[in-house]
Amino acid sequence: MNETVTLREAIAALVNDGDTVALEGFTHLIPFAAAHEIVRQEKKDLTLVRMTPDLVYDQMIGMGAAKKLVFSWGGNPGVGSLHRFRDAVERGWPRALELEEHSHAGMANRYSAGASNLPFAVLRGYVGTDLPKVTPTIEPIACPFTGEELTAVPALNPDVAVIHAQQADRKGNVLLWGITGIQKEAALSAKRVIVTVEEVVDAFEEHTFGIVLPSVAVDAVCAVPQGAYPSYAHGYYARSNAFYEAWDPVGRDREKFRGWMERHVLGVEDFAEHLRSIRREGAMG
Amino acid sequence: MTEGEGRGYTADEMMTVAASRELNDGAVCFVGIGLPSQAANLARLTHAPECVLIYESGTIGAKPEVLPLSIGDGELAEHADSVVSVPEIFNYWLQAGRVDVGFLGAAQIDRFGNLNTTVVGSYGGRRCACRGGGCPEIAASAREVIIMLRHSPRAFVDELAFVTSVGHRHGGDSRRELGYAGAGPAVTITDLGVLRPDLETKELTLTALHPGSTVEEAREATGWELRVAEELGTTEPPTEEELRVLRDLKSRTEAARKETKA
Repeated sequence: MNETVTLREAIAALVNDGDTVALEGFTHLIPFAAAHEIVRQEKKDLTLVRMTPDLVYDQMIGMGAAKKLVFSWGGNPGVGSLHRFRDAVERGWPRALELEEHSHAGMANRYSAGASNLPFAVLRGYVGTDLPKVTPTIEPIACPFTGEELTAVPALNPDVAVIHAQQADRKGNVLLWGITGIQKEAALSAKRVIVTVEEVVDAFEEHTFGIVLPSVAVDAVCAVPQGAYPSYAHGYYARSNAFYEAWDPVGRDREKFRGWMERHVLGVEDFAEHLRSIRREGAMG
Repeated sequence: MTEGEGRGYTADEMMTVAASRELNDGAVCFVGIGLPSQAANLARLTHAPECVLIYESGTIGAKPEVLPLSIGDGELAEHADSVVSVPEIFNYWLQAGRVDVGFLGAAQIDRFGNLNTTVVGSYGGRRCACRGGGCPEIAASAREVIIMLRHSPRAFVDELAFVTSVGHRHGGDSRRELGYAGAGPAVTITDLGVLRPDLETKELTLTALHPGSTVEEAREATGWELRVAEELGTTEPPTEEELRVLRDLKSRTEAARKETKA
């Protein structure tokens, strides 16, 4: 049993400076509202973990919240680069960012190992690529039964996992459907779990490809309608491709970026006000 | 995109059509975003209606009405046969050998079909593209790989800045030593022609030119001394049907994008 709380309370209580934090959601259900709250509360020295950093980490990295990024694909999907991410990696602005780069298969297996309370995962991959040369957390391992050489990657056990879902019920069970990516593994691998949801309902209806994360696996549920915008919530709203495109010139320029974050994230109370603020400006689709 | 000297189609269209023809009906295909996704869906809508398209976000048997902008667009889940988790797609499907074809793009390729999607410049110099994603294991475990990228000296390089995905490694049998189940790149399609690995050396060899392209053009656009097959073929130009389906798909996609903007 978990508690239904405000997002502000959940982030204040469950995210500490220096924590390893994973905000997951594969294109779908990206927890933007939670990321903004972390930025607003000026959490710092975070190790951010995420398969596809996306705009959500571009914003957090650009605000200096992260000291390290553990990831497997960095970009603005279908648009181009994450400019704040690149500025941090290539020029150390606003602070240097340490990278730990894996492949998707490696990250998926690291979360699975973490969720299974194993120290590492084994997979067929990485061999012959340059990734092991730049990433120390990739090591060869021999199968104890056949001697076959495979690759080991350490488990991921974030201090906090944050995901966004379509619904929670009154008991705090969480329902996601559509593309559910790595969210279950991320949640079960973490010490503390925060879930933002589109709405809290009395009872779940059946959905194709749906999964339920039981209440006991979740520490805090926060109702944040449209909390995944500009990504999408299957059954609720579509991805704002226009926002992703419009982000490019904002993210490209340090001053423009700071101004945008000050107006629309630091200068607002919550995500509802953020949405009103960007719509008032009318520039982001 | 340049119109192909009055031929009625562009070099990019020729590339997409030629790549789509490489995908057999019924094949299970792990699809990269962008050009590969366009070609794979063209195949599905023309000669390969039974191909099973897998995207790394976990969609199996995806049948998008419009092309996805991102690898996890809702469009991919909407009509899919199944949607599974990311560990399942990589472990139970790709690593387990259930994928016939990996369909990949890249920023850079070398003469043995090794791919770079990670770094432009040196990693120490820290110009980071960081787009490894699913590529390393797709290139490792798919039974074979189809590669698609535009021909230019910046893309076809003598030495990769970073090896993200292994093709035929150093040529010959050197890939086999790594123990990967997949056979590696079978074909590379560019906007100028078709390259296939030499049977012995595994070096990419120009085996066909698209109509209107020349060997000189291909050589100039390649950062190493390009081998050319003794019997050089010419790609069949796109059929009216292929062009119509491809253009419909692209205009539907454009219209859908504009709609979400409005």
